[in-house]
Amino acid sequence: MLVFVGLGLYDERDVSVKGLEEIRRADYIFAEFYTSVLTGTSPERIQKFYGKDVEFLSRDKIESDTRIIDLAGNHRVVFLVPGDPMVATTHVSLALEAVRRGVEIKLIHGASIMSAVCGLTGLHSYKFGKSATVPYPQLGRIPTSPYRIIDENRKSNSHTLLYLDTAEGPMSINKAVEILLEMEKIEGGGVLEGVFAVGIARAGSEKPLVRCDYLERLQDHDFGDPMHVMVIPSEKLHFSEVEALRILAGAPPEIEGCLE
Amino acid sequence: MGRRKKMVERVKALMYKQENIRNIGIVAHIDHGKTTLSDNLLAGCGMISDELAGRQLFLDFDEMEQARGITINAANVSMVHEYEGEDYLINLIDTPGHVDFGGDVTRAMRAVDGAVVVVDAVEGVMPQTETVLRQALRENVKPVLFVNKVDRLINELEVDKQEMQLRLAKVINQVNKFIKSMRPEKYQEWKLDASNGSVAFGSALYKWAISVPAMKNTGVGFNEVFDYCKAGNMEELAKKSPLYVVVLDMVVRHLPSPLEAQKDRIGVIWKGDMDSDEGRSMISCDPEGPIVLMVTDISIDPHAGEVATGRLYSGTLKRGAELYISGMYRKNRVQQVGIFMGPDRVEVEEIPAGNIAAVVGLKDAFVGCTATSLEKMVPFEEIRHVSEPVVTVAVEAEDMKDLPKLIEVLRQISKEDPTLNVQINEETGEHLISGMGELHLEVVIAKIERDKGLKLKTSPPIVVYRETVQGTSDVIEGKSPNKHNRFYIQVEPLPQEVVELVKSGEVSMRMDKVERRKKFESAGLNKEEAKGVTEIFDGNLFLDMTKGIQYLSETMELILEGFKEAMRNGPLSREPCSGIKVKLVDVKLHEDAVHRGPAQVIPAVRQAIHASILTAKPTLLEPMQYIFITVPQELMGNVTKEIQSRRGQILEMNVEGDMVTLKAKAPVAEMFGFAGDIRSATEGRALWATEHAGFEPVPHAMLNDIVMSVRKRKGLKLEIPKPSDYVG
Repeated sequence: MLVFVGLGLYDERDVSVKGLEEIRRADYIFAEFYTSVLTGTSPERIQKFYGKDVEFLSRDKIESDTRIIDLAGNHRVVFLVPGDPMVATTHVSLALEAVRRGVEIKLIHGASIMSAVCGLTGLHSYKFGKSATVPYPQLGRIPTSPYRIIDENRKSNSHTLLYLDTAEGPMSINKAVEILLEMEKIEGGGVLEGVFAVGIARAGSEKPLVRCDYLERLQDHDFGDPMHVMVIPSEKLHFSEVEALRILAGAPPEIEGCLE
Repeated sequence: MGRRKKMVERVKALMYKQENIRNIGIVAHIDHGKTTLSDNLLAGCGMISDELAGRQLFLDFDEMEQARGITINAANVSMVHEYEGEDYLINLIDTPGHVDFGGDVTRAMRAVDGAVVVVDAVEGVMPQTETVLRQALRENVKPVLFVNKVDRLINELEVDKQEMQLRLAKVINQVNKFIKSMRPEKYQEWKLDASNGSVAFGSALYKWAISVPAMKNTGVGFNEVFDYCKAGNMEELAKKSPLYVVVLDMVVRHLPSPLEAQKDRIGVIWKGDMDSDEGRSMISCDPEGPIVLMVTDISIDPHAGEVATGRLYSGTLKRGAELYISGMYRKNRVQQVGIFMGPDRVEVEEIPAGNIAAVVGLKDAFVGCTATSLEKMVPFEEIRHVSEPVVTVAVEAEDMKDLPKLIEVLRQISKEDPTLNVQINEETGEHLISGMGELHLEVVIAKIERDKGLKLKTSPPIVVYRETVQGTSDVIEGKSPNKHNRFYIQVEPLPQEVVELVKSGEVSMRMDKVERRKKFESAGLNKEEAKGVTEIFDGNLFLDMTKGIQYLSETMELILEGFKEAMRNGPLSREPCSGIKVKLVDVKLHEDAVHRGPAQVIPAVRQAIHASILTAKPTLLEPMQYIFITVPQELMGNVTKEIQSRRGQILEMNVEGDMVTLKAKAPVAEMFGFAGDIRSATEGRALWATEHAGFEPVPHAMLNDIVMSVRKRKGLKLEIPKPSDYVG
């Protein structure tokens, strides 16, 4: 059996009780920390807390190696993923391959940043559109599809959740703003002119940092340690969203202008 | 040295008189006497002593060149010639004639406006004559002709006066025919004609020459030449009608000054806007305009370091000028400017447009680059290299501690000689140098050992094969490692006309797309395909046949990287691919950019292409060579035996007196060591030359063995891979 266990947002204690039970009875435990990182802990602390050995795998190993499924054929194999195992990852391929090969699968969900941002910012989950990752330049070029997604979402009055790339180490909000503004230069659409944005750091920790301001101003704000994500709110905001951004995220008074 | 100093002063003064400048090259088949001619011109102008000329091979200033008696690198020299009471500055670039060094010829042609074509009166126009002349004509370089070794006609072949004239006329006709076929529109202007003096005849070795206009002054004509030669009194002839006067008069009269040449030439070698500042300035060769320098050579000076030599098309070069090297954002600062006087570089204050300049300080420069004071300028057309590397040797430093130095040296030589392909493998320490032939690589390696004091271990030469396909593949699905992106690929052979079009550089991705499509269509691609061409790489095409796929445009760069990786190392034996048409038929992409990043897209595309190739009747192409051999008739049998034992084919055979001239074709793989073998088979009496003859499929029966031997050498598994090895 292959059990996908979501580890939640921040440290080794964000795992659910069910998840912990699965870990404790597992024959083999694998983990990937490349789609996200539990920044509040370390591999050593995780293994100590779970009382088990965990093998941390690179993306390469998970994507090209069949070992996990091979073992899951006649062992209890647990696969640990930060956040929720199926949100903002491509692990569904692994699940499908397991099922195809007759291996039973089980999902233990974890808290996802996708839902965490709603609570941290007060933005309504009903109003989120497509999300996107702000990528590091690829072969020296910046893909601009996130910019177009923000544009489409704004046109349909939806929020955009922006994950930040981890390929070259977790990206900071400052870097992300720089890249977004670069996209705007390439695409030339003016979509980001004068927009508000929310930066969220270390969701799930004792002291998450949430800050709403004009996008360019976020570039100068120090958000501290990773992980960081961002939200570009919709053009018009519900009054409760405006209130929340003012109170929870220190938004400037001009945000009132976004009231619908 | 006093005379020399005076010469420098005269050269410096003339640099500003553009109408009195001639930038010329001398081109010829190997052994037709090009360097001997150059030396004599220099001697005549007082640049080297008279007695030394003809023996010193002054322009062959590399010891290795003198030892081998052939010219390897293009050398530059300036000299002054007086014609009708006026001083002219002749900037001469000598170029090699050996087929292995064709790249140097091509580069030199970019710097000059006119060329003296040297042809041996006995041998006539040879294949390498045509190759170099083709390079000159393609660059819009105007030719004049010097028919050399006329004394051999008289003293060795013992022809009579009438036969001599007929033979000389035949040489002129051969060259004219070639000009006409290459540049029909220029033929009337460029046609060579003995009566107007665009042809001269003589002997570079014995330092005499005649031309029709010169006869009027000297009174020496064909009759006199015949008699003097018969009498063995060529010294007298050299006094009455000296070589350098006749040839340099011809150069001054018939070859264009930069002022005249650049009007016409810029449009051929530069694709920018002619109405821009730099365009107008180059057309008028304006010393006041922006600096535009085309770098045609990079050499190392033990004191100054890297010296970039090139043609200054516009502006005035001075120390301290800050130049942009094409394609780079960083500026390079000019530390020194100079001109060449044989092996020496003489520093000068400044050099105006129209001259050949040697520049120190251009750290980022490479051969073929454009150096300019403008931040954004369309660079010159790439210098086209007619041939591509066909032979490789592996080199290692004998002493492990030399390893870092060797890597540095290899990087350097690949910058200096763009016909070399260097692959550095820091892991194994075994580096590969690929070049134009066995001799080319021998010289490169000897130079590294000599100039850099490195001891090298080298492998025997190895042929570079090309992988290609002979059939159409299935449509193959390639999946990204995360399984969330799919690429559907099909490959098929590229029509030969298309391969030639892209290899000659006649079509590039930089040119106007409507024009590009038209050229592809006329070469055999259908309309849809011609429209779909997204990349040209090493004689292969990538075609995007999809329509309206979201996010494809921002993924395309990664797809093309996968295509290039696939083409660099084919699936059969990791040799480069050639002549393959790769079609992207369909694509499925993940919504998010990081889930379709380089680590996902590149391997998926590469593997799908490799699997496609394996289902499309893959095979290897091997490089071929033409061999031209002249040999006494009684030794003919030995020669044909030597050729046939090398999978060679005799194509033509001409008998002249008791000599036979053969044209044959053989695979380069079989030609290693030919020099020694043919010498012993003919007691050293065969004269021979080679010429590249393109690539041909290896014989089917040998395919498996060759693939296995290459795989073995590279440490690959000893079986031909299957498509399923690439796409699971």
